[in-house]
Amino acid sequence: MNVHQSLAASRPPEAFPPIASDVVAEDAMVRFEAVSKTYPAYRGKPSVKALQAIDFAIPRGAITGVIGRSGAGKSSLVRLINGLEKPTTGRVIVDNSDISALSGRAVRLAQRSIGMIFQHFNLLSSRTAADNIALPLEIAGWSRAEIAARVSELLDLVDIADKRNRYPSELSGGQKQRIGIARALATRPNVLLSDEATSALDPQTTRSILDLLANINRELGVTIILITHEMSVVRQLAKEVIVLDAGHVVERGHVADIFTHPQHAITQSFLSEVLGDAVPVSLSSRLQQQPVPGGQAVIRVLVRGDGGDRLVARLSRELAIDAAMLSARIDEIGGQQVGSLTLGVPGDEAVVARVLSFLVQHRFSAERLGYVA
Amino acid sequence: MSPELINLIIQATGESLFMVAVSASLGTLFGLPIGVFLATSRKGELFAAPAANAILGMIVNATRSTPFIILVVAIIPFTRLVAGTSIGSGAAIVPLTIASTPFIARLVEGAIREVDAGLIETASSFGATPLQVVLKVLIPEALPGLVLSLTLAVVSLLGYSAMVGAVGGGGLGDLGIRYGYQRFMPGMMLAVVVVLIVLVQTVQTAGDYLARRVNRRLRHR
Repeated sequence: MNVHQSLAASRPPEAFPPIASDVVAEDAMVRFEAVSKTYPAYRGKPSVKALQAIDFAIPRGAITGVIGRSGAGKSSLVRLINGLEKPTTGRVIVDNSDISALSGRAVRLAQRSIGMIFQHFNLLSSRTAADNIALPLEIAGWSRAEIAARVSELLDLVDIADKRNRYPSELSGGQKQRIGIARALATRPNVLLSDEATSALDPQTTRSILDLLANINRELGVTIILITHEMSVVRQLAKEVIVLDAGHVVERGHVADIFTHPQHAITQSFLSEVLGDAVPVSLSSRLQQQPVPGGQAVIRVLVRGDGGDRLVARLSRELAIDAAMLSARIDEIGGQQVGSLTLGVPGDEAVVARVLSFLVQHRFSAERLGYVA
Repeated sequence: MSPELINLIIQATGESLFMVAVSASLGTLFGLPIGVFLATSRKGELFAAPAANAILGMIVNATRSTPFIILVVAIIPFTRLVAGTSIGSGAAIVPLTIASTPFIARLVEGAIREVDAGLIETASSFGATPLQVVLKVLIPEALPGLVLSLTLAVVSLLGYSAMVGAVGGGGLGDLGIRYGYQRFMPGMMLAVVVVLIVLVQTVQTAGDYLARRVNRRLRHR
């Protein structure tokens, strides 16, 4: 793709004054160093500690997810990365430049190397698709001819050239977000911040936008930071994930590791959202605490890793126990099975004990939920 | 009605249009930047200057709360200073402009504040200067609202311009008072009112049309 080759070449050299090289690892695109952000009390509202003791590095060239509930501090994080706000303490290093130390013209130049897409697209209703894409280029002072050429290139990149003279009100959500992505990439940024970019889209459109982002990451090598509250987005796209809760980073690492072995309650709750490991109502309403003569014991097995798909067969073969599959949900995250099974086994205490010890032996975490007739 | 009287009406209409056109233009020239500033200078906003915002807001309010006819009389010395006289359509432009500037400023402020704050943040995140935000985002996005605001201002100015007739400002109001009222010519009074109605209708229709033309938001739904 010819967009790719010109990517690095045309960045204004003054955009990122270098900082002491001993501080920043070369492979980090964004680095938070002991960052906190406190919004002071204002008009009777108490002060808010939006972010506390944040330390992480986002690798260059990868897609990294930042997941958190609303109020977890995601928006503050975004505004610190794109220089719209300054941290209360600590430093935010973007592309080897301390954006938290820049101001005025320097910060505006740095911002041109950071692309940004939004949940509600934030396109200007008064401009056509092409003119919306041109906006950051006009801001950066490109010539008319340069802008025209670049805009055509970008319209092709996001596959929406036929809509170039349409106004946002004439476009669908997915088309608007494509324009948003083209606009974000206009100045050839090295990093693309996606702030809940698919939260307002239907699942199918979400899919196509995520595919586009994956393409852009692959073809242009742009580092992508996905800020989201949706586990499914992180799962589809990100290599690494940072889990944010109440202003703290509570977990971070490879997506597969984090979601096969969630440590923090908030991570587990994100996981159960995609996996839906709640027991079906039809089952839970029948559950009893005491064994039912001739009934079944209900055992829930969490699948984190491998082997969940063959569990029923193995119980039958190795223990000669007939296990009924009462409900099941197994998904794949980063090539690993993640999910839960609810099994019904004969309600005899001895059988239940054998099943549980078999499961423990094979490193499944399991619990007895109760009994059904 | 005699040709002389019809000529008077035509001449007075011309004077009114002249007063309104000049004072609306000057009012916009001063009112637009003041309105943009009022809309963008509170705490945490683009040109954050809360003190200046508060002072300017008070001046605007003071001017707007002075009844127009009193304003006209009160600033006669200033009008003389600027226009060299306090009588006639040219002189009337001074109080008309002074009255319309804060009015337009408040209307502009309202229209600008309608623009989604997310768009300001978007442009800022692309490294736009505050001035670029105003010129490339705020004014184009507020344009339909601005057009309707200016339409409202012109209509109000037509009313004000009739009022300056009472103090020798010329125009349709002057004609209506001197001929229609003082010489008791109901035909003349009626003609003046009809011309004013036609003018207001024309201005409003043109403004509505223009506002629809520049509105890209709902037109295509």
